[in-house]
Amino acid sequence: MTKINTVNESSTEALLNPNLNRKPDTMFKIIVSKFFKNKLAVIGLIFLTIIILSAIFAPLLTPYTPEEQSLRDRLLPPSSDHLLGTDKFGRDIFTRILYGGQISLLVGFISILGSVTIGAIVGSIAGYFGGIIDSILMRIVDTLLAVPTLFLLITLVTIFTPGIDKLIYIFILFGWLGTARLVRAEFLSLRTREFVLSARTMGVKNRSIIFSHILPNAMGPIIVSATLGVGGIILTEAALSYLGLGIQPPIPSWGNMLQDAQNYTIMLKAWWYPTFPGLMILITVLSFNFIGDGLRDAFDPKINE
Amino acid sequence: MITKNADNPTKTTEVEQNTLLEIKNLKKYFPIKHGILQRTVGHIKAVDDISLTVKKGETLGLVGESGCGKSTIGRTIIRLYEPTEGEITFKNQNISHMKERELRQDVRKNIQMIFQDPFASLNPRKTLRMILGEPLKIHYNHSRKKQEEIIGELLEKVGLSSKFLNRYPHEFSGGQRQRIGIARVLTLNPDLVIADEAVSALDVSIQAQITNLMQDLQAELGLTYIFISHDLSVVRHISDRVGIMYLGKLMELGTKADLFQEPLHPYSQALLSAVPTPKKQKTVQRERILLKGDIPSPANPPKGCVFHTRCPHVMDRCKQEVPSLLQVKKDHFVACHLY
Ligand SMILES: Nc1ncnc2c1ncn2[C@@H]1O[C@H](COP(=O)(O)OP(=O)(O)OP(=O)(O)O)[C@@H](O)[C@H]1O
Ligand SMILES: [Mg+2]
Repeated sequence: MTKINTVNESSTEALLNPNLNRKPDTMFKIIVSKFFKNKLAVIGLIFLTIIILSAIFAPLLTPYTPEEQSLRDRLLPPSSDHLLGTDKFGRDIFTRILYGGQISLLVGFISILGSVTIGAIVGSIAGYFGGIIDSILMRIVDTLLAVPTLFLLITLVTIFTPGIDKLIYIFILFGWLGTARLVRAEFLSLRTREFVLSARTMGVKNRSIIFSHILPNAMGPIIVSATLGVGGIILTEAALSYLGLGIQPPIPSWGNMLQDAQNYTIMLKAWWYPTFPGLMILITVLSFNFIGDGLRDAFDPKINE
Repeated sequence: MITKNADNPTKTTEVEQNTLLEIKNLKKYFPIKHGILQRTVGHIKAVDDISLTVKKGETLGLVGESGCGKSTIGRTIIRLYEPTEGEITFKNQNISHMKERELRQDVRKNIQMIFQDPFASLNPRKTLRMILGEPLKIHYNHSRKKQEEIIGELLEKVGLSSKFLNRYPHEFSGGQRQRIGIARVLTLNPDLVIADEAVSALDVSIQAQITNLMQDLQAELGLTYIFISHDLSVVRHISDRVGIMYLGKLMELGTKADLFQEPLHPYSQALLSAVPTPKKQKTVQRERILLKGDIPSPANPPKGCVFHTRCPHVMDRCKQEVPSLLQVKKDHFVACHLY
């Protein structure tokens, strides 16, 4: 043990592999540094950070409240008083976008957290154990996937009053299916890899093989799909709200702001009214997609700097 | 160890003491599933009725062409697969159908495997410290310090430095990774090590380093090896005894000297004729025997002797009767109707 410095690795190989003399990088560092080399991903991250921070600190950034109406100030164009103009009730659009962002992001993150957790667990179990367990779980997934989500949503919304909580439940109920399939596929290919077989011959327990050996290797695709998934949910939520089935006024969401603005004359007379909520949806979803792509490359151990 | 086979009259105690592993009529069939209902429409007979014993401290080489079931027999012995039929007796304990929980208790750490692909056999998300520490954590209750000490010694044994403990597998070369794989196997101090094509993925010069390392460790630690390879010259270098496989069957089994100098089975003869004889050996360079036809599918192997479709000495009997593995002289077995 004291002779640590003796060069006792086979000399030829040590020479062939000079990078062993660098200081070691952690896996995390490697992933982060690869991510930051991707320009689009970094731009996405910057935009998203700004959007998230301004949603969180909305009350500090605007003197108005989102529901504060002023009939005198209806449909005012952008000005120093109203940065992004006002809507048909004289509410400040900038303020409503900030608060609407809170709702949209909250729904997106909570839904994805729930659905990815469920999907990862179900997919891991199905893919690792295979056989009957796999068949049963995957038939459930197939069945749920066959349900026309939008149709069901409309039905549910007519039965119950639509609300944020119900939206989240429904996003989770149908959101985990994709993750489950993805994780299952990852597990199917990873479970016969030699490092997993080797763990089994070492006597590592199934639970530990699933969560400590295989899952970390499937984390890349999971995080990527979660990131892309948030974008997708925000888009769906906007679509539902636009149809009047999502977030209900007067609570602002980017989707129901668009709905407010859908009147033809308003679109012509007050271009700022639909433009800014639409732009926010676009930028946010794009940011998530860019970040997702960046993460995908960063997690891929085959792509090196 | 309590002798469970004491009531078996055919075995002397002397043999038993020397026998580490005995497999009897081992079969591993993989079902072929078809259609959406996943009906089983047939079986791939990857290992079909193989019997052999492995003695303590020896190296048994298993050779054969791709797809003959070498990996499958290795993985069945180490119980990554459950045998379809037959018995595996390891240290006088029948492990053929042991549940995973029982296996973990004392079998798992005593049989270990070195895998072929040095890039796939180490978890890319774990550092060297975690890779070597995990088996120790599972099976022993060492203090942190003691564990580091064991790992350090092992690394030195396999020719690596403990400077590298915080590194990830992708930072090492193929040969170094295989050394790590060997160190990991040694953490558990196993009796039997199954090396499945352990050097096939490496450069020739590195191959020699690794096989020499394995031999040194065997001498030092008294390990027993089952060395699986399709490369006859490597097998010849490292083995004491050699088994030749074809389509899931063991065709011939004998000491290295017997087998390489005087192969009896027509398949062994053909296989060996393709390898150049080392100059220092006095054996005459055999004429190259070329086999006609392709290897039949293990899903639908020929009746009788599985080799009869390609055998230059085929007789009528070969198409009907499966030859059993018979002893022709001490330690030399062959499954062929010619003998
Ligand atoms: N898990 C499995 N499921 C189904 N069939 C399998 C499985 N593993 C192996 N086989 C089949 O069993 C036969 C023997 O395969 P095996 O991997 O044991 O051969 P091998 O001698 O190790 O070959 P190689 O030299 O290519 O490694 C092959 O036909 C293979 O396709
Ligand atoms: Mg193989």
